Amino acid sequence: MQRIGVFVCHCGTNIAGTVDVVAVAEALKNEPGVVHSAEYQYMCSQAGQDLIKAAIKEHNLSGIVVCSCSPRMHEATFRKTAAAAGLNPYMVEIANIREQCSWIHKDMASGTEKAIILGKAAIAKVNLNTPLTPGESPVTKRALVIGGGIAGIQTALDIADAGFPVDIVETKPTIGGKMAQLDKTFPTLDCAACILTPKMVDVAQNEKIRIFSYSEVVDVRGFVGNFDVTIKKRARYVKEDICTGCGLCTEKCPQKKVPNEFNLGMDNRRAIYIPFAQAVPKVATIDADYCTMLKTGKCGVCAKVCTAGAIDYEAKDEFIEEKYGAVVVATGFNPISMDKFDEFAYNQSKDVITSLEFERLTNAAGPTAGKLLRPSDGEHPHTIVFVQCVGSRCEACAEKGKEYCSKICCMYTAKHAMLTRDKYPDTDVYVFYIDVRTPGKAFDEFYRRAVEEYGVHYIKGMVGKVSPEGNKLKVQASDLIAGKQLHIDADLVVLAAAIEPDKSARGLATMLTASMDTNDFFTEAHPKLRPVESPTAGVFLSGTCQGPKDIPETVSQAGAAASKVIGLLCKDKLTGNPCVAQSDEMMCNGCSSCERVCPYGAITYSDKEFRMPDRTTKIRRVASVNPAVCQGCGACTVACPSGAMDLNGFKNNQIMAEVDAICKM
Amino acid sequence: MQDVTNFKPLIVAFCCNWCSYAGADLAGSNRLAYPADVKIIRVPCSCRVNPMFILRAFQRGADGVIICGCHPGDCHYTSGNYYARRRMSLLFSMLDYLGIERDRTRVEWVSAAEGAKFAATMNDFVEKVTALGPNKRLEDLRCKK
Repeated sequence: MQRIGVFVCHCGTNIAGTVDVVAVAEALKNEPGVVHSAEYQYMCSQAGQDLIKAAIKEHNLSGIVVCSCSPRMHEATFRKTAAAAGLNPYMVEIANIREQCSWIHKDMASGTEKAIILGKAAIAKVNLNTPLTPGESPVTKRALVIGGGIAGIQTALDIADAGFPVDIVETKPTIGGKMAQLDKTFPTLDCAACILTPKMVDVAQNEKIRIFSYSEVVDVRGFVGNFDVTIKKRARYVKEDICTGCGLCTEKCPQKKVPNEFNLGMDNRRAIYIPFAQAVPKVATIDADYCTMLKTGKCGVCAKVCTAGAIDYEAKDEFIEEKYGAVVVATGFNPISMDKFDEFAYNQSKDVITSLEFERLTNAAGPTAGKLLRPSDGEHPHTIVFVQCVGSRCEACAEKGKEYCSKICCMYTAKHAMLTRDKYPDTDVYVFYIDVRTPGKAFDEFYRRAVEEYGVHYIKGMVGKVSPEGNKLKVQASDLIAGKQLHIDADLVVLAAAIEPDKSARGLATMLTASMDTNDFFTEAHPKLRPVESPTAGVFLSGTCQGPKDIPETVSQAGAAASKVIGLLCKDKLTGNPCVAQSDEMMCNGCSSCERVCPYGAITYSDKEFRMPDRTTKIRRVASVNPAVCQGCGACTVACPSGAMDLNGFKNNQIMAEVDAICKM
Repeated sequence: MQDVTNFKPLIVAFCCNWCSYAGADLAGSNRLAYPADVKIIRVPCSCRVNPMFILRAFQRGADGVIICGCHPGDCHYTSGNYYARRRMSLLFSMLDYLGIERDRTRVEWVSAAEGAKFAATMNDFVEKVTALGPNKRLEDLRCKK
């Protein structure tokens, strides 16, 4: 028989306001196993915890029930208290009489009655509790960062700075991500490449960091501290360790008609290419979809001109298996497709472009060498219309746009407008907006400068239609403040397309068992208090994969994720969750039902020898659970037809006892 | 016949630790009232709910049993709520056959952010069960003390 102590918390008036706590403590005194019952103002306070500790020692308690707030709030606190008094922490049960009782019921009588029943259920459960000891698992002191944009780069640098090895996996041939494509950055207007490329070089030169470019994660197994990851290194047909990045091959390659994705298809590259001059690693890659040699076996120019002998047409995809202690997701974003926005004529006119394309057009390393020229005829545009919120805050058009605000568009549009007016003062610049949202340090000042100093025409209203006519774009829009329709003959229309998570994120979330919201952004473990951790232990979030954000925010989140990873990797051992499944080998009939439902592959079968009552031995196939892999969902306990599988902490008889206690009126 | 106007049903709610139990906590934090007839049992996942628990509850005099889990696709354990959904659809149709009306059993998806949905679900469920009156069909008098 257990010796149980019951502790009822007033929580000031939070509980005592609608629950007669004294009556609860009194009513629970006579429950089976209860030897001590007390109430106190604040059980979670130091004084309250001391009271529990003293009672454990004085009454030699073997289990305690705390009637207080949600176990999600203070279960850990009271477990620590119990442990400090020498009691096994898993002999503690919480009756949630605040969130699920006093806060929702107004009537003292029914509140008190319910609190007593919840207390009885917890007592019934703790009567059947057994001391549990968590298992320990080692920590692999290496981190994996998925995505090599600014988020991934910053996370990797910070982790490496603390002395832990880091691997970056990037699907593109180079790291750098979206930031490498940008021209200038708001609100300071420093050039993106000038602040990003030194960091890329730092990554390349850091001995602790390995870059797997042109690679992807194809399989993740294991758990926090012990992830087994398979990385597919796609064949780039160039030996990375030999290629010097001289670029001769990229000049001689005869296949010149390959759309250049780095410039968003606004110019062409060769079949063998280096995405941009400052690429890291600075290694050429052969695009197998376009290379004549790989497709027909006739060409081989690049191999002839390569003095280093780095070309290898026989290269195959490589699969690398590596162990990691922590995984950081930094998969980033993409602008949404403009195909469904027919009203803006994006697919009908080359002169309707997205903001990211505009970045490339104004970038000195872009297709026009930084000159703002119309993509259709190379003429200088005199009237430019910027349209904000294209697909963002699109409540009515969920099938083509996004409901959320993409957050960065107001600021980069102000930047584009300002830069245009700065370089070409003869240009008329119109910006159509729903709202201008500028929360951020020096953001509103920046926007005001665009309006006041640079004379950008900001017009509240949406563009209804863009129709190409001759070499002009007829823009039909409404001015909501003046209350009239506007018709503007524009030379260039720039659409601030909404941003969405990278397509690879969903597959990755499944592999990592990390959850996502309805927009495919990764969910954080707690929206306010744990914003850089995913609910899956050992998986961390960095950058726009978690939600739209600008560069400063991305870098801060990247640093925060790194510090969480460092905190994890500093530990030599992790204590596991002891509330895991356990199989009773005597009852198991080896049917595999549990193995089939286990999402973690924690259950294995083996042949074991059993002694029979007649002193013979018999070999039977029985299940066993790996406690380090089991996460304690309990799917197997229900699937097991013979009742051999049970879940520690939530045993069948414990839950039955709770049901009985609740139903015993 | 019991006085229907004063009938207070006994509802057992199984809530998964990660979504629905947190949703119930959120309902509490936002002071969204629902009847005190609902008593919540915390389970790690909706797939931990053994049909035996539900039979036991009805046997012991529960008037309604509701199972709340994470939304499909959001299970903390990837797939647990799918198992719960399948198991419960079988069990509930069997219970229906035994005379436990469909309105006395329910599976509902409530996320940790849906405190309002939790309270609304419970209000609706209690109302439906109250309308049905006490469960006499499966109640085992030998279990009554």
